[in-house]
Amino acid sequence: MPGLLSRYSAWRLLREGLAGQQGWTPAWEDRDPDPAYDVVVVGGGGHGLATAYYLARTHGITRVAVLEKGWIGGGNTGRNTTIIRSNYFHPQSAALYDLSVSLYETLALELNYNIMFSQRGMMEIAHNQPELESMARAANAMRINGVDIEVIGRDEVLRREPLLDPSPRSRWPVYGALLQRRAGTARHDAVAWGYARAAAALGVHIVQDCEVRGFAIAGGRVVAVETSRGTVRAERLGLAVAGNSSVLARRAGFDLPLQSYTLQAMVSEPVKPCLNTVVLSTSTGSYVSQSDKGELVMGGNLDRAPSYAQRGSFRISQSVVSPLVELFPAFATLKLLRQWGGTVDTSPDNSPIIGPSPVAGLYLNCGWGTGGFKAIPAGGTLFAHLLATGRHHPLSEPFDYGRFARGELVDEGHAGVAH
Amino acid sequence: MQIFHCPFCGPRPDAEFHYAGDADKPRPARDCSDEEWARYLLMRANARGVARELWVHRAGCGRWIVLARDTVSHEIGGSEPLNP
Repeated sequence: MPGLLSRYSAWRLLREGLAGQQGWTPAWEDRDPDPAYDVVVVGGGGHGLATAYYLARTHGITRVAVLEKGWIGGGNTGRNTTIIRSNYFHPQSAALYDLSVSLYETLALELNYNIMFSQRGMMEIAHNQPELESMARAANAMRINGVDIEVIGRDEVLRREPLLDPSPRSRWPVYGALLQRRAGTARHDAVAWGYARAAAALGVHIVQDCEVRGFAIAGGRVVAVETSRGTVRAERLGLAVAGNSSVLARRAGFDLPLQSYTLQAMVSEPVKPCLNTVVLSTSTGSYVSQSDKGELVMGGNLDRAPSYAQRGSFRISQSVVSPLVELFPAFATLKLLRQWGGTVDTSPDNSPIIGPSPVAGLYLNCGWGTGGFKAIPAGGTLFAHLLATGRHHPLSEPFDYGRFARGELVDEGHAGVAH
Repeated sequence: MQIFHCPFCGPRPDAEFHYAGDADKPRPARDCSDEEWARYLLMRANARGVARELWVHRAGCGRWIVLARDTVSHEIGGSEPLNP
């Protein structure tokens, strides 16, 4: 961890304030790559940075580099809608995502970096009786898996969100909701920056503007990566590149069951606090929360054709916003401020792939699809375990690449809502 | 909105078409291995750049076509019937 002088604290804020803010130093050093490392992680998003941090902290492996083709946190980590939840159906997923929520709960203290995790609760609203009943079934399964979840009635939903349209004749009437109280939002950039700072303090090299173009494979084993800044040798290599996973896998000589799509998000102009929870409309897939700046952060369904463009179509923006305006009539007066897109790697069962690849020494952390942000601390923990020991952590075992040929899919189609 | 060219109907709005997977993917023999079947069923080309894609003109003639489409620029290079 950073030394006492560079620790962030209220005392430090006060001292630097009195000294004219002249004493702050960069949070991490932007490095040139060394010729060789014990572990090279490709991809400087949340998962890559968290992996590097846990390699150093948990496993004591500090000859580690994170290679990022752009800037850290500039991909999906900086483009998502910052929602953190663990309301997944199957026990394997519940264990994975609940670990992530638990790690997020203590992450700001652990990293000495305010990630602004706000457990304001998330409501998935049912718009009709059958939806409410299928929610009760899902809630029962989740509770058996140990996830805190409850079904609440219409009055309770309207009490929590007074701006919801209470009319039974609304296009999307409110029947009840699935509530996870521990769910919430966090500052996505801070998660990337916090992990980067803590990892760099433990000796990890963070290399930006360094694109991986190919692999050196000898005797079926990967020995180095060819990058835009030269060859970097590695004992073990981890890929955490989300939407570009298939591109790199092909260069290493194997296929992935992933399809890259644009997932877009948008924010309104900022307004005073008016939304208490994260609200998702189950029938439409649209959802909204309010950022600390006051913007309404909105998202919904994937764009409809595979894409690497990192920009979404107007048609999907409309389909995201229109149900939210029906649910919250007051929002109709707001203007959209920004809209953007990220490239997400969707898998056949809406579950991630964590595990060895068909090439020895090369390991995979991908397929998080639309839900990678919420999984960053768990993904980093499990991937670091894999890269440090060469073996699965028990929690990552079900998400092995081999499950596709074995037909052991972990089908989270139900909870695989796009966020 | 984008204009897709249906080989049967001519230029039509993209909303009439539905994406249906990779083109050029022959079905393996019935006695293939689990790996071969998984490759056919689940693995994807997921090309960055020009991809050959299967689409169905669902809100139009209902026929299947192959589009050459750039997944970065979204430009359409050409379209042809799946079964000429």
